[in-house]
Amino acid sequence: MSDLLIGVAITLLKTLGLLFAVILPMVSYTVYAERRVSAMIQDRVGPNRVGPLGLLQPIADALKLLLKEDFTPAHVNKFYYWLAPACAMAPSIMALAVVPFGSTWFGQPMVVANVDVGVLWVFAVSSLGVYGIVLAGWSSNSKYSFLGGIRSSSQMISYELSLGLSVIPIFLICGTLNLPAIVKYQIENGWLISPIWLKGVSFTGINFPELIGSFSIWKFLLWIPLFLSFIVFMVSMFAETNRLPFDLPEAEQELVGGYHTEYSSMKFALFFLGEYAAMIAGSAVIVTLFFGAWHVPFLPTAPEQLPFWLGLLLGLVHITAFFLKVAILLFFFIWVRWTLPRFRFDQLMRLGWYFFFEIALVNILLVAVILAIMPK
Amino acid sequence: MAYTVPRPKLTLAEKTYLPALIAGLGITIRHFFVILSGRKKVTMQYPDEKWDTHLPPHYRGAPTLVNDDYGRERCVACQLCEFICPPRAITIKPGEIPEKYLWRKVEKYTEVFEIDMIRCIYCGLCEEVCPEQAIFLRKDYAITGLTRAEMVHDKKRLYELGGMMTGLVNKWNEKK
Repeated sequence: MSDLLIGVAITLLKTLGLLFAVILPMVSYTVYAERRVSAMIQDRVGPNRVGPLGLLQPIADALKLLLKEDFTPAHVNKFYYWLAPACAMAPSIMALAVVPFGSTWFGQPMVVANVDVGVLWVFAVSSLGVYGIVLAGWSSNSKYSFLGGIRSSSQMISYELSLGLSVIPIFLICGTLNLPAIVKYQIENGWLISPIWLKGVSFTGINFPELIGSFSIWKFLLWIPLFLSFIVFMVSMFAETNRLPFDLPEAEQELVGGYHTEYSSMKFALFFLGEYAAMIAGSAVIVTLFFGAWHVPFLPTAPEQLPFWLGLLLGLVHITAFFLKVAILLFFFIWVRWTLPRFRFDQLMRLGWYFFFEIALVNILLVAVILAIMPK
Repeated sequence: MAYTVPRPKLTLAEKTYLPALIAGLGITIRHFFVILSGRKKVTMQYPDEKWDTHLPPHYRGAPTLVNDDYGRERCVACQLCEFICPPRAITIKPGEIPEKYLWRKVEKYTEVFEIDMIRCIYCGLCEEVCPEQAIFLRKDYAITGLTRAEMVHDKKRLYELGGMMTGLVNKWNEKK
């Protein structure tokens, strides 16, 4: 009984730590980064008044949003209108539960829920996010919001397929859906995004037989479909998180903010947080699947085998490495947003159905064939 | 007559849009790094940096009254500016210069000279019409106040803003 209680306590601690110490600050500073980076890309300055370099701007923003009047328009469907922001926020946070964001720390594996359905959980939960948008659009009883909701649902049916299919090659190669197991595979055989792997090279020295053994023509062959699936997955992730060039449900210029036109104060902030949390969750999944999650090349991977303090430090390094990779991807998300124009939604559906769906299918076949003829 | 818009033939690479996409990303990241490194500055940090030193010499700011080298108020209350002012921002009440005063021969001076800066449109006609070179548009552009009364510049304030101006034609001096 006490073991169970301790287990629950540890899981709770991990969840709260991840949520309040990492994700929420990260969300607010992603918003800050979005504003500063977009400003610099457009030769502007961006928020630079609150605190040094404007670093306290997110706090000022949060305060403003909390203190604003929470206005509910008269002609909305109250129940769904109140439910929608929560529906938009919750899935992206839930998706993070299965992502391994570190090796071990204080002897505890740094993943909230080590479940075997890992990736399926991510897809199942993160596609629920669309309900928040559709509900918001429908319950707001406004033309713009409604159009935003409709666009969101049409968008979802066009990218979800390629999103799911594009990662099947990974499962074929790793033979598992469990995210920590996929990370373990990548530690042993190299990140899935890289065609070469300097196995045997570490800060203690070079193990030549292992290094030579890690080069193989099959790895190069496998890299081609893997890179394709990375591209498809990445682009689908842009659509999943409603980022430009696929931010059709929002479309500030055409739909006046789309599904959240009628929202104010903290309910609007929840949509906003949800969107950025989804971005972080999406980046975390990409990092886990393709960039070796918390793994840092040439560093030992098992903190529990090291002396206590060193192990603690290494665990921290791994967690930092994970979120650094996520941050780099987030920068890429922002960079793309301020470069590309928005797709029309028939263009998006065309892209999803005519190209990415087929590419993903062919990709699966390619990987299956390579795996079949590859010597064990 | 029907006209067919000539469409450029796209190569296969162009049809995938990938080269254009990457070129676009290149352009934005270049701008990002140029601004990040501080090699180019585009924005003026307004309340910290003011326009003052960047204004051209012909800039039309707030209208002001000036004294000349002899400390004489140049305005002789002819009221031409009052009459030409399109939004009727200027109010002048002329008075007679007392006997004992040095510039008695000028005869008139202004008892009241007010410019309502809420009405002023900074057109510069007052400066153009003035036969005495007494009113000038200076470079003050941030004229603010908390009340409407505060926005009416009286004579004292106008001379304060205008100060002394040298090198003007002094037609009221004694002939040699």
